[in-house]
Amino acid sequence: MNPLKNHEFLEKNSVILLIAIIITVLIGGIIEIVPLFRQETVIEPVEGMRPYTPLELAGYNIYLREGCYNCHSQQIRALRDEVTRYGHYSLAAESMYDHPFQWGSKRTGPDLARVGGKYSDDWHVAHMQDPRAVVPESIMPTYSHLMKRGAKLHDLGNHLKALRVVGVPYTDDMIENAEKDALRQALGETRTDISGLKERYGEKVQARDFDKQPQLVSEMDAMIAYLQVLGTMVDFDATKGVDPGALK
Amino acid sequence: MPTQTPTYNYDIVRYFTLATCFWGLVGMLAGVFIALQMAFPSLNIEPYLTFGRLRPLHTSGVVFAFGGNALFATSYYVVQRTCRARLWNDGLSWFTFWGYQLFIVLAAFGYVTGVTQAKEYAEPEWYADIWLTLVWLAYLGVYMMTVVKRKEPHLYVANWFFLAFIITVAVLHIGNNLSLPVDWRYAKSYSVPSGVQSAMIQWWYGHNAVGFFLTAGFLGMMYYFIPKRAERPVYSYRLSIIHFWSLIFIYIWAGPHHLHYTALPDWAQTLGMAFSIMLWMPSWGGMINGMMTLSGAWHKLRNDPVLQFMIVSLAFYGMSTFEGPLMSIRAVNALSHYTDWTIGHVHSAALGWVGFITFGCLYYLVPKLWNREELYSLKLVRIHLWIATLGIVLYIVAMWVSGIMQGLMWRSYNELGFLNYSFVETVAAMHPYYITRALGGILYLSGAIIMCYNFYRTIKGDVAPNEFDKDGNPRQAINTRHNDKVVPVNTAQV
Repeated sequence: MNPLKNHEFLEKNSVILLIAIIITVLIGGIIEIVPLFRQETVIEPVEGMRPYTPLELAGYNIYLREGCYNCHSQQIRALRDEVTRYGHYSLAAESMYDHPFQWGSKRTGPDLARVGGKYSDDWHVAHMQDPRAVVPESIMPTYSHLMKRGAKLHDLGNHLKALRVVGVPYTDDMIENAEKDALRQALGETRTDISGLKERYGEKVQARDFDKQPQLVSEMDAMIAYLQVLGTMVDFDATKGVDPGALK
Repeated sequence: MPTQTPTYNYDIVRYFTLATCFWGLVGMLAGVFIALQMAFPSLNIEPYLTFGRLRPLHTSGVVFAFGGNALFATSYYVVQRTCRARLWNDGLSWFTFWGYQLFIVLAAFGYVTGVTQAKEYAEPEWYADIWLTLVWLAYLGVYMMTVVKRKEPHLYVANWFFLAFIITVAVLHIGNNLSLPVDWRYAKSYSVPSGVQSAMIQWWYGHNAVGFFLTAGFLGMMYYFIPKRAERPVYSYRLSIIHFWSLIFIYIWAGPHHLHYTALPDWAQTLGMAFSIMLWMPSWGGMINGMMTLSGAWHKLRNDPVLQFMIVSLAFYGMSTFEGPLMSIRAVNALSHYTDWTIGHVHSAALGWVGFITFGCLYYLVPKLWNREELYSLKLVRIHLWIATLGIVLYIVAMWVSGIMQGLMWRSYNELGFLNYSFVETVAAMHPYYITRALGGILYLSGAIIMCYNFYRTIKGDVAPNEFDKDGNPRQAINTRHNDKVVPVNTAQV
């Protein structure tokens, strides 16, 4: 059997060549991708993960729109220095409601997977308006337009609905109250009743006027609500099998 | 011997060639600008011209607009000539031209206005994706039908690579863009997979955009244009079979090396690493086959800067396909990932391999398409070659140094077990390298501008004074401004 002779057959029958190419290139992808949807161990169950609140989702979408992923990762690798610098390595469950993932590929700026709670709201406002006013060596662009623009809240229900179709467990109640929940989260406890919001998204939900502009629910409010929740959802003490100190 | 020469559709190749030059300048200019933004952040002009929005404009501009148009131009040229058949269906062929340009404009407009799927190299939103799918299927149809009605019994090796590129990119594009629009009136969509699955699918796509768009397709160019320019047959038929099948089989597995030490299951990371290392061999198979095509004809390299472009591109291809497997090893990746080393690696391949092989092919193609004996000036080609090479060297050396330095600074501990550097100290340390990188980019862009000027004069029909042809013989200067009677070479020969 002469393999070169056999190959001549493919060179003379272009349709069969095309089919052979398709089969060849499908194998690797199928083997690597399909099991990720089937294996139970891909996403280990954790305590505390919940879908984003409507305001946080609006922030996530601004994060995408501005291309933050081009310079910031959201994936702490299981390496000693990363755990020291950023905190517990990222768990698969922590990005399970991100459509799509925001793990990134470059750290021109620091990782943001656990940025939630590390800085105050005021710091974020000042930093996004003029990064060099807070960190002189920073090379981040300014994002002061987020302060001036009102966040688009009225159609958040449609966003939740679409996300439910692709697998995020939003309830009818959440979808119905999406716009109001976003508004309440940005107004905060002092100015509105947030019991419904807490009922739907848990006691830990952070509701306050993030950008300190009482007259406006700005894109900055949404952005900071999103940043402040990053990496804070999982309850590590209650989750079995993870040890926050394991790598330190 | 053919009794008659078929009339090929060269018009469409000319259009794609000019589009390649135009988008090349746009994409490289965007690259220089964002490189300068990293050195001088005050160049970010919010909201439309920030790094976050312009970086996709640069990557899509050079990969899909410059590279894509170059692939269309060369594949349409090569398939007609090696099949001895006119490109199938003029109407559909022209649809692929205008449709593809419209896709580029749709995508670019989206990036600047903040319409994005936020997946690297797959940023365009669902409406642009559907449009591209239609254009791409038309491309596959035009290409495949031309192949089917060929007059040449054997399908030449360049076409195997072009076919693999076209069909695999279709599979990758559809696979990675499964998403649900919020509503059909919304530009915004949510991807169907999330988290770890969307990461795996994204890098299956992302790495094979490199593997099939920027490698298989450009190897197709290499397999036609190097033998043509060198006037020598391909070195080894056997090697081309082995390296073709092993390359397309192995490449698909390499994606997970972008996700080492992440929440992706270890078995997938290990598969990605193992196949990435294996990929070294088929990659070098292509490099060897291309370079050894010159065996017995190495003297041609002495006088012909066009051939020099092609061979230097293979040298960069060989270098970056060695560096790639090295960086896919977990322990190396722990250092290199998230740093500029990756950016340097990509650019040694993109500027050195993809850019140079394209320049070489365009330099071959333009005189042929416009019926000129040779380019306006081979001297200018030589200047382009050296200015661009210098640009690449500055670029990749700067990124190696900054990448490895930053990776080491991140993991540097003092004697008490605390981290030595805050993050922003490592950012500040990058500044001189970012300036060097921008300088490298400016040189590379200058080379491309020289090329476009050379094409302009070539198309006009000029020949520069004191020029030599590719074999080292003196040429007669012609200036159309004084002498309009440029005698075109016999069309039947080209």
